[in-house]
Amino acid sequence: MRHAPLRIAVVYPDLLGTYGDGGNGLVLARRAERRGIEAELLQATSDRILPRADLYTLGGGEDAPQVQACEGLGESVLADAVSEGAVVLAVCAGYQILGTTFPTADGVQVPGLGLLEVTTRKGPGRRAVGEVVVEAAIPGVGRLTGFENHGGLSALSPRLRALGTVVSGVGNGHGTDGAWAGHLVGTYLHGPVLARNPALADLLLSWATGSDGLDPLDDRREEELRAERLHAALSHRGGRRWWHRG
Amino acid sequence: MSLRTGAAVQATATVNRLSRGLGLGRGTVAGGRLGLAIAPRGLAELAMGRSVALVSGTNGKTTTTALLAAALGERGAVVSNSTGSNMPAGHFAALAGSQRGTAAVLEVDEAYLPASLEALRPAAIVLLNLSRDQLDRSNEVRMVAGRWREALARTEASVVANADDPLVVYGAASAASVVWVAGGARWRADAVGCPACGERITFVGDSWSCRCGFARPTPRINVEERPIGTTAVLADGRRFEVALSIPGSFNRRNAVMAMAAAEALGVPAEASLAAMARIEAVAGRFSVRVVGGIPTRLLLAKNPAGWEELLDVVTPGSAPVVVAINARIADGRDPSWLWDVPFERLAGRPVVASGERSADVSVRLHYAGVDHQRRADPVEAVVLAARLGADGGGKVQFIGNYTAFGDLLGAGAA
Repeated sequence: MRHAPLRIAVVYPDLLGTYGDGGNGLVLARRAERRGIEAELLQATSDRILPRADLYTLGGGEDAPQVQACEGLGESVLADAVSEGAVVLAVCAGYQILGTTFPTADGVQVPGLGLLEVTTRKGPGRRAVGEVVVEAAIPGVGRLTGFENHGGLSALSPRLRALGTVVSGVGNGHGTDGAWAGHLVGTYLHGPVLARNPALADLLLSWATGSDGLDPLDDRREEELRAERLHAALSHRGGRRWWHRG
Repeated sequence: MSLRTGAAVQATATVNRLSRGLGLGRGTVAGGRLGLAIAPRGLAELAMGRSVALVSGTNGKTTTTALLAAALGERGAVVSNSTGSNMPAGHFAALAGSQRGTAAVLEVDEAYLPASLEALRPAAIVLLNLSRDQLDRSNEVRMVAGRWREALARTEASVVANADDPLVVYGAASAASVVWVAGGARWRADAVGCPACGERITFVGDSWSCRCGFARPTPRINVEERPIGTTAVLADGRRFEVALSIPGSFNRRNAVMAMAAAEALGVPAEASLAAMARIEAVAGRFSVRVVGGIPTRLLLAKNPAGWEELLDVVTPGSAPVVVAINARIADGRDPSWLWDVPFERLAGRPVVASGERSADVSVRLHYAGVDHQRRADPVEAVVLAARLGADGGGKVQFIGNYTAFGDLLGAGAA
């Protein structure tokens, strides 16, 4: 079912593009191309029907556009693609959309797409803003570094696995961040998360291509960035301005 | 002046003198804060009897404030918060440090515009643009536009506003008197959702509209840009050449907005354009300084909209470029927005990633297909860029975000 070239769609960059997460699509496309895997990067704006793709990325956005995005995505292309094995990376507002319910700016709960059994509610305190470190539960991914900026607390159903355990920061708000089911990954990490964590990018690519053995790439720059950010977060120089415990 | 405000003015002057004398700062904020603490309503009192003009928006405030101050300088003395201290403390310090009655041109942080309207009772207001800035602050630009709209409904000022930016139009349209100017807006990603109804805005050429009827107002001043020369074309048929010493299409369009505000305050367009043309640098921006022995053009861009405009300035030609990024509180702690900047346009020329977040810049450039080197120290970065560009191409172009730019200025760029 995989397309040739590999199709990577950045979902609704006009609504879910506030926090630079469109970079995740670019990272995936370039990492595929560097290995000789032809890739097509689509900017799937909300004024068109969502195209079929092998890999979708969703990013963070403001409150009103988040609701609009969810309405647009309700028209099933994404759900169909997922049921046929498409890979999805969803960040922040995009992650909340994949869940069963999330709050609007006024605190009203609205239904999400229900692709992940995650319930997001408005947190009691201030927004969680700052560097995050997560120990990923998926084998081979290791530590994740990112920057979070959200006011939601996300509760996972007991059947659903978190993406990982929070070492520093807030994430879902219960000591974990994100969710992971089949080929779906949700997280609160911006950065963009795949620019800072090439192992996660390669995991998504291996799912999308069905290939276990992707050639290693020269990731010197990414590794330097990772080391710097992990150190900053864990030594609390990383600019955590505030956080609440969920 | 009330005794309280008088005392506050004295205190402000003393603290600012001390602060400058001790080399602690540029001496505009600390004193102003104290002044406001002593006389919370002193700002309104200090503004009374003056002709006050305000300049607000996400990008170009400091430069446009300098341009407008130069234009109004044709008519008499003008005081300004020229160091960019654009919140009430900075306004207090600027006004406290000048004779009563002196005209004032003040840059205003976009979030503080409503409060500043109340206190300063301006005669003219220039509204430039609104776009994402400092991602970690979650100050949605849409919200800012809404607050402008509420506050501007109550102003009697002559408002000059950018017709090309839907968020500015939404914010300004409630004012009684608006001169719409084709002020330009290369960056449209924050204006896709209609601020009036939430539906999608359609952009066709220069024009834009939403199904709900919200649309670009017909500008009273259009701007014609040709490869050589920019002309302001007024609805009444007058035409003015806009030539500045500082570079950039965005600066010329901002100058046209300043020209309109100056005209509303009684300065003829020819005179204000001539005065603005003499400005060669603003708080170090656009200036050519010697950095580590290398003549370098210093440019400031702090968000994707600003970068989009500045890449236009540096991309003709092949001069070496330094991209310097910090992520301190004043910059916003999250530099993820680097991925919204089309750095791909720098491919093929010598580029050096710099600043405290040079590792982020380096990864971004890598995925943009831009070969580059990395030097965190900005002076070392300039020297390296000059070496990489030794075979011609021109002066090193240093583009930094807020504190990275300030660091280079402070590092003795003479």
